[in-house]
Amino acid sequence: MSQVEPDADVLVVVPEQASSLRMLATLGSAGALAGLLIVVVYTITLGPIEAHRAEVLRRAVSEVLNDPARYETLYATPREVFEVPPAEGGEDDVEKIYVGFDEQGRATGVAVKAAAAGFQDLITLIYGFDPATGKLLGMKVLASKETPGLGDKIEKDLVFVAQFRGVPPPLVAVKRATGAAGEIDAITGATISSRAVVRIINRSLAGLRTPIEEHFQEILR
Amino acid sequence: MRETTRQEDFLRGVWRENPVLIQMLGLCPALAVTNNVENSLAMGLATLFVICGSSLLVSLGQRFIPGEIRISVYILIIATFVTVADLCLEALVPDIHKALGAFIALIVVNCMILGRQEAFASKKPVGRALLDALGTGAGFSIALVMLGAVREVLGSGSFLGVPLFGPSYEPWIVMILPAGGFLTLGVLLLGLAWWQERRTERSPLAGEATAAREAR
Repeated sequence: MSQVEPDADVLVVVPEQASSLRMLATLGSAGALAGLLIVVVYTITLGPIEAHRAEVLRRAVSEVLNDPARYETLYATPREVFEVPPAEGGEDDVEKIYVGFDEQGRATGVAVKAAAAGFQDLITLIYGFDPATGKLLGMKVLASKETPGLGDKIEKDLVFVAQFRGVPPPLVAVKRATGAAGEIDAITGATISSRAVVRIINRSLAGLRTPIEEHFQEILR
Repeated sequence: MRETTRQEDFLRGVWRENPVLIQMLGLCPALAVTNNVENSLAMGLATLFVICGSSLLVSLGQRFIPGEIRISVYILIIATFVTVADLCLEALVPDIHKALGAFIALIVVNCMILGRQEAFASKKPVGRALLDALGTGAGFSIALVMLGAVREVLGSGSFLGVPLFGPSYEPWIVMILPAGGFLTLGVLLLGLAWWQERRTERSPLAGEATAAREAR
């Protein structure tokens, strides 16, 4: 033995050692280049993307608050409404809410974002609520993956969407309207999605109604 | 093997080896996002961009990429271009970006792209790799737009959002649901297979058939 084995070792081991360094170098530099490219593109596209998101939110807020002259972002927890974000680490879930004001500077309503499971996936919506009259001002679905042609009527069916204007919560989704307060006529073929919308608003308002009403009494005084 | 021409490099992906219609690759996006023409076109073009960028870099780097880690490097390159495409789509056409959702990120795992890197770009000069990528991407886009056109016209009664049949048209909602994707692709493949079979039957026998008819 002995003459062959070291040779075999040399043949096998040496190229591998050399190439593992090369592998590291190749993957490392490819990764660095990829990272650099992504950071450059991210920086360039960040402006337009954020502008678009802000615009979508602005349009949604003015739609559900009936075109307020301006609106302010506040922070609500089930106990209190804050003007500035409360310190991190609090136990309560902090929700951003948007208070709309008319030309005279009077608060006209509050827009609240809420989300919960629909038929397919999470439905995210925003609704307007007027604490002075205790009625909803409107509802707009921001994101949903409900079945096209059926469940997605919760955002496309204007008759369904219009029902949320001027209705006093808590809401009930019904299949045949009887004229009672808070009734929402569910969409045929999309009962689950319709009920989900009603449930999302009810649940969100149940938590936030009291702090919002207290805050409004303060700012309206 | 004989040398292929530049034209063949390009046209192979468009027609004879069309990734969706012939090779049956990339069927997941082909079924998932083709419920209208606009989404199909955006998905096709995003994929075209990713495959061109990746083929260019893989072909340029073929000498420097060790064989043992080539797949990792290809995936890294593809993922980078997908992220770039994702960000650009969100900045330029946010509504389409929203409609395509997770399927843009899933271009990374489209086996058609990795397949072209492994089978072609990593062994061929840059020019041919680019032509091949362009052809494959164009073939993919054409197949998607074909699916999207059928599904939008039947399922929504419109083309590129323009209504075609007036308000009395009752759309076939099933066509814009997943089932419509399978149906459309199935019918398309069936038609294609039938046409090809007829063509291969005819071409070698065409002379004989005419001869037989004349004899009668």
